[in-house]
Amino acid sequence: MSKLTASIKDALVSAGVRDGMTLSFHHHLRNGDAVLVMTVTALRELGIRDITLSASALFQVHAPIIAAMEDGTITGIETGYAGGDMGAAISAGKLQRKAVFRSHGHRPADIEGGKIHIDIAVIAAPTSDPEGNCSGKYGRSACGSLGYAMPDAQFADRVIVVTDNLVDYPLVDFSIPETQVDYVVTVDSIGDPRGIVSSTTRITRDPVGLRIAKYAADSILHSGLLKDGFSFQTGAGGATLAAAMYLKEIMLKKEVHGSFCMGGITGYLVDMLESGCFESLMDVQCFDLTAVESLRKNPGHREVSATQYASPTAKSCIADRLDAVILGATEIDTDFNVNVHTDSRGVIMGGSGGHSDVAAGAKLTIIAAPLIRARLPLIVDRVNCISTPGSTVDLLVTQYGMAVNPLNRELEQRLRDAKLPVVDIRELQARAENLSGRPQPLIMGDRVVADVLYRDGSLLDQIRMKELL
Amino acid sequence: MIRSMAFLPGNTPNMLINGDSFGADALILDLEDAVAPSQKDSARILVRNYLRTHKDHSGTLVVRINSTDTDYWREDLQAVLPERPDCILPTKVDGADMVRLICREMEAIERACGMETGSVGLMPLLETAMGIEQAFAIASASPRVKALVLGGEDLTADLHSKRTKEGMEILYARTRLVCAARAARVEAIDTPFTDVNDMEGLRADAAFAKGLGFGGKLVISPRHIDTVNEVFSPSQEEIDYAREVLHCIAEAKENGLGVVALRGKMIDAPIVARAQQVFDAARTIYGDIF
Repeated sequence: MSKLTASIKDALVSAGVRDGMTLSFHHHLRNGDAVLVMTVTALRELGIRDITLSASALFQVHAPIIAAMEDGTITGIETGYAGGDMGAAISAGKLQRKAVFRSHGHRPADIEGGKIHIDIAVIAAPTSDPEGNCSGKYGRSACGSLGYAMPDAQFADRVIVVTDNLVDYPLVDFSIPETQVDYVVTVDSIGDPRGIVSSTTRITRDPVGLRIAKYAADSILHSGLLKDGFSFQTGAGGATLAAAMYLKEIMLKKEVHGSFCMGGITGYLVDMLESGCFESLMDVQCFDLTAVESLRKNPGHREVSATQYASPTAKSCIADRLDAVILGATEIDTDFNVNVHTDSRGVIMGGSGGHSDVAAGAKLTIIAAPLIRARLPLIVDRVNCISTPGSTVDLLVTQYGMAVNPLNRELEQRLRDAKLPVVDIRELQARAENLSGRPQPLIMGDRVVADVLYRDGSLLDQIRMKELL
Repeated sequence: MIRSMAFLPGNTPNMLINGDSFGADALILDLEDAVAPSQKDSARILVRNYLRTHKDHSGTLVVRINSTDTDYWREDLQAVLPERPDCILPTKVDGADMVRLICREMEAIERACGMETGSVGLMPLLETAMGIEQAFAIASASPRVKALVLGGEDLTADLHSKRTKEGMEILYARTRLVCAARAARVEAIDTPFTDVNDMEGLRADAAFAKGLGFGGKLVISPRHIDTVNEVFSPSQEEIDYAREVLHCIAEAKENGLGVVALRGKMIDAPIVARAQQVFDAARTIYGDIF
């Protein structure tokens, strides 16, 4: 019997969709994704209610589903990240039930452990054959790795692949095998390529970002970890990518041959691979076309599942093998707890993603962020939401110097010996407040709109309702 | 010691707030070229408030005021002088009279505010042919003058020449300015390197200026600061040699020797003086690790 189905609606019906089910989605199409909204539209047309969305991340492009949150089609969301209006809608209490935030590593752990039961996984695939062998590496909507979709495909009761590039059987270089797929749907477009991956990744020219990046790279240099076999992860934004640029210069100059880079892969990390800084790239997600092309062509660039990336219940995972990671923060407190969930108003604007996973796994966790952002100080007495516990953070790097977590005395001594500008985190806080003033305390509503779970399943924090005026 | 002097536009709060994180030895809060006429007022207020909240700033704070042929320079001084910047950087200075004019205005403001007169220094920016020809007179016009600063861009326009990366067109101005500054016992600061992305060119240009005798360099991009600081700092080789020279001289004195040689070369007074300069500079930059 053919797996090809005429529409997403037909596939949902064939998969036995009904009220109260959990449907899952990956976020490899990022802010270009059209499949999640198309699926929710089909659910509304079918009159299905009380759905839980288990999405590895949600972006502004998904905002049309807010109407489905308001009319009871979607009553629960479990995710690793909610950006733009999606975060604001959760904060405003538009869901009937509390949202649940899990890290990128905790999500597959709970899928495999049965705490998240996926009834139907809807997998947007840039290329698929008629039996569902599918990949993100090919097609006009290519996104590279499909790592976040792998546990969903493996453990969901029913799997629907949605593609806009159906190729003849067999698609040899598949990421998800036909053995896991029930239905294949062809649509005109699974998304807007401009929002899926950027054509190039640019390194910041902002002098503040560059100063922070230089300090972050210098701190790795003097941490004692930068030697042959070194492993590293960094993000794609602002200062963190610039830190990779400085790190590359250092590694080439000192002839350090690293082992692997984990990511979130950008063209810049591909360049480090091709320059000989690292032996391999382990790729759970591509951020630009250079990364997609590298994944397609370079055997040293390997696609990995979210489970292998960071699951705390896997027999082993890559996050636990990292030497150094550079991460961002919207707030950090004097105990080094980091907030990446809510903005300065207390409104949800993101989520952990893999933040807390790699912070826990890496030997050296660096938070790199400007001391003042839009006239608000980075360092506060207590973060509005704990996304990553301070006990897993080693170092805060700002343009005004770096603060070492007192739990890591050895690192502090090494950085001081290298004459890097080490200061107490409270001194940095005072410096910022001297320039910007002390922010007014946030006034939040009583209703809890989201639980933030740690990667071991414990409740890390709760986010309360905040409706924007 | 000023190796790098970085411009910060006086009308951009974000740059001002982060200015002292870039590692420049001196910051120039700019009220002149970087600020459009319609924003002169707000820039003055921002710069005044910056000076007010940065009393404990560890580096040198300099304010570039508008030239004396505009209506702005007196208001600039009135706004910022009471906040006690380390120096004022007047532009297009072309003679001792202009220095004296500015000094009179500064003195009047200082008296009105109950400040010690002469407490704020001057770093005249020489960016005209006349200014270069009058360099020594300018440097000697007032004890407030702490340094002569070269502005190569405006100068080349005045010279009817084209500004190049090689800089042969300003070679005379550079050497003339250094000589005048050193003769007047004030510091000499070089013109900025204007290609923000050419780090190799910056390094070569700064090294050339250092070789001519400049003590530091203007910087128009924060990205240039580290390189300029590095070039104008004594190298490890220079420090090692200075240490050897001073050690040799101390030993000779102890043994009552009048003439000593090091590495086959006579150590005379200029070599000792240069070694002491390097030693002092290294101590200032590197502190106790030196």
